[in-house]
Order: sequence, then structure tokens, then C-alpha cells
Amino acid sequence: MRNLLDTATLSRADALRILDTAEDMSDTQRREIKKLPTLRGKTVVNLFFEDSTRTRISFEAAAKRLSADVINFAAKGSSVSKGESLQDTAQTLQAMGADAVVIRHGASGAPHTLATSGWISAGVVNAGDGTHEHPTQALLDAFTMRKRLYGDDSRGRDLTGTRVAIVGDVLHSRVARSNMWLLHTLGAHVTLVAPPTLVPQDVSAWPADVVYDLDEAIAAAPDVLMLLRIQLERMNAAYFPSEREYARRWGFDARRLAALGADSIVMHPGPMNRGLEISAEAADSAQSTVLEQVANGVSVRMAVLYLLLAGSTTTPATTSTGEERA
Amino acid sequence: MSTRAVMQDADISRALTRISHEIIESNRGAGELVLLGIPTRGVPLAERIAALIGDFTGQTVPVGSIDVTMYRDDLHRNPTRTPHPTRIPDSGIDGKTVVLVDDVLFSGRSIRAALDALQDIGRPAAVRLAILVDRGHRELPIRPDFVGKNLPSSRSEHVAVRLREIDGEDEVSIRS
Repeated sequence: MRNLLDTATLSRADALRILDTAEDMSDTQRREIKKLPTLRGKTVVNLFFEDSTRTRISFEAAAKRLSADVINFAAKGSSVSKGESLQDTAQTLQAMGADAVVIRHGASGAPHTLATSGWISAGVVNAGDGTHEHPTQALLDAFTMRKRLYGDDSRGRDLTGTRVAIVGDVLHSRVARSNMWLLHTLGAHVTLVAPPTLVPQDVSAWPADVVYDLDEAIAAAPDVLMLLRIQLERMNAAYFPSEREYARRWGFDARRLAALGADSIVMHPGPMNRGLEISAEAADSAQSTVLEQVANGVSVRMAVLYLLLAGSTTTPATTSTGEERA
Repeated sequence: MSTRAVMQDADISRALTRISHEIIESNRGAGELVLLGIPTRGVPLAERIAALIGDFTGQTVPVGSIDVTMYRDDLHRNPTRTPHPTRIPDSGIDGKTVVLVDDVLFSGRSIRAALDALQDIGRPAAVRLAILVDRGHRELPIRPDFVGKNLPSSRSEHVAVRLREIDGEDEVSIRS
């Protein structure tokens, strides 16, 4: 693996490899000494053109736990605000010796451009691009589901037969897209639940069902109910009449929590708009995995950085049998 | 290219029986002992030795695995390795005598990595090393305490250990 740009083209084998490696990373995070020496001497640049708290901190924690050096770059207050292009910014980072670039950008496809343009030789990790994809979020969500469903028995398993409802602003959500592709690859069945105005015009090519009524989706007893954040910063048109109406018809409140089976889990990628798409009762219930998702995010990002950075860039053939490695 | 078997299943079980007795002897019993296998093939070997020590002494020996992938010094020279699980017995390793178990001892670099990994997990009273096959060519000052078989080999040869838990049969072979 050289880059992680999306989940739509991520193979099942690579996805399981990341999830299983994340299990081992998660084990090390329960130790007294959480730091591993694995990426000593490597430099990871967090290149964030959009605001982020948890994703950037999560990547930073992951890189530091693996002993990599971390350089944080936020577009605000940088030369980007003077009009520097992505190419010049990237080449500056390359000249400083970055081994991996974690990029979040408002334009869909910016990480792909960075990875394929030949500007830099560093590995590229997409940390969210426009309304396209947010692959590490999907991987940590899948990891969290697998952990809740199978516990310590998770290694090597996919999510065959798991029914997942993704609720909310599907139109703008890169989290929904990444999750849908990854969950489909892992064998889960995805239902998108949203007001018709917040579903893209043509979703016939997507491997998911679309339902327009949250109560109907809950009545179908999904194993996982994933709520999306209403992205108030992208609500530049009248997608729904008012926040109160959205909360009443699409918000996951105490009544809907009671209607959902006690074995189903409730997920939210954060940051939550409490009282809008999720009520405090639901967010703080035992079925909610919000904080587990944050903790698992560090393990999953450690796995991604490890798999991207630890090996040599050339890949000679190796034997997997009991050859001497001692 | 020729392949020659150097240990059959009876040779391997005799070697493990002797190693088990040597561990009991040097430890004066099975008390305060923890066996940790290095994946992949050190793990079943550690489990077999633990079972044998249990048979000989009537005491249960905690057994686990310690993955050294994240501590290797040659990661950037090889394709990315997928790590294996580390399982430390609930009783921990602090103050215990830890016996590391691996199939082949070659450069000694895996063992160095294992010592680093142990340091992050706890502080054993002593660390010992049990090896099924010592093929020489050490690159670090590391020496096994318990050896199944010394197998002088050339650097160009490959020593392959096959175990029934993983490969369906017990055999050590050398390929040149």
C-alpha cells in the first residue's frame, strides 16, 4: 500500500489487513507504555486545509505513538492564505523530507491529485476531501462494529450479514460514502436514510437501499444505526424547513432509541449536534459507541500509517513459510 | 536446489522434551515461570513446552506470545509485515522468569526486538531463550540458553521449520 485515498477501490484483503493490524495496535494501547519505536525517523505531515479537531489529533496521536515526527500544517495562518497553490505547498513539504502526508481538503479529489501528480514521493492518506471520501473514518467505524459484534474474536472476520442504517445528510457526507463502499466490500448490507433533499439525485449505482422514513428504518431492526452530522456549514440551501422539524422527523431521540432493539448499536462520527440529529439520551446511552470510535480511531490510524510507512518502497517476493527470520 | 530433512517429528519431540527438563532444572521447578513464543512458529513450540513442563511437574505454566514486528530494525528494508497478536498471560511478567521461545536462531535480531518489546510490557526477574534450531551466523551478542539442535549452515542456505499446528507436519529441513 502506497496511499490510502478512498474505500471504493480498497480490496477486501487490504481492508481486513488494516483492521487486523489495528487490533494489534489497539492491544498495545492498553499497556502502560503505549509508544512503539516502529516509525522512528519518519516524518508525517498533517496537511489540513479544512477545520478538524478529532481527525487531526487522532492522526497526530497515532503517528506519535509509533515514534514518527509530526508536523502540523493548518491552512489558516499559512502561506496558503497568501495564495500558495497545493503544488507549491506539497513540494515545500517534500523538500522538508515528509514520508507521509495526511491531507484534508475542501475539494473532492485533492488527495488523489497529490498522490498521482508526481509532485511528491511521500505516501498520501486522505483525511477527508470535500464530499468524496473519508476512508480512515469508515475503517474505524467498521473496526468498532466488528469489535462490538465479535469482541476478542474479531480478527480475520468481515461484516457479512450485518445490517447498517446510515441516517442523515447523505448528500454532503464523505463519511457516508466511505462507509457505504467499505461496508459493501466487507459484506454488510447498507440502507441510507435521509430526507429526499439530502440524497444525491441518482444513487442507482450505489450498493445501498434508500429509505426516506427513519421510523421505517428503525422498524426494520438494523444491527447498526449510524447518524451523520448535519453539516450546518454546508447548509447553503433550504434542504429542510427548520432544525426543529429535522430533529422531530429525522433526529434520533429517546423514543426512537427505545424503539431500536437493545442489541443494536448507535454510532456517530462526531462532532455531534446534540438535540439535532442525536439526542443526549441516545448519545450517552450504553448502545452509543461514540467514545469507542474515537479511541479506535487512533488504533486504526496507527495501522494505516504503519502499513504505509514501515515497509520498503520496493517489494521483492518473500516467503511466508517458516524461513529463518531470527 | 536441494532440500534435506534434518529433524523428523520424533527428533523434534525429543528435543522439546529435553528443553523442558532443562528449563525445569535451571529454574528449580516450574514456579514463577512464563513462556512467551515469538510468532509465528515460536507460539506452538512454547505451548508444547508448557504442556510438557506441566506433565513433568504437575504445575500449570502460563504461556503467551510476544510479537516483535513493531520492534524490528529491518522494517524499512523489507515489504511491510503484518503484525501478529501479542498475548501476555493475566499474571503478567513482572518479577517472573520469562523464557522466550522461537523456532530458528539466526542473526539474533528478532531476539533483540523481543527484548525491546518485553521492556515495554514489564520487568521480568530474568529472561531466558529457548530455540529449536540454532543455525549460527549471529550478528548481535545473543546466546540461547536452551537449544534443540545446533545446525551449522551456510548463509546461502534456508532453514525451514514446519510444525503440525501450522503446516500439518513436524519437520526441520535445510535447502541449498
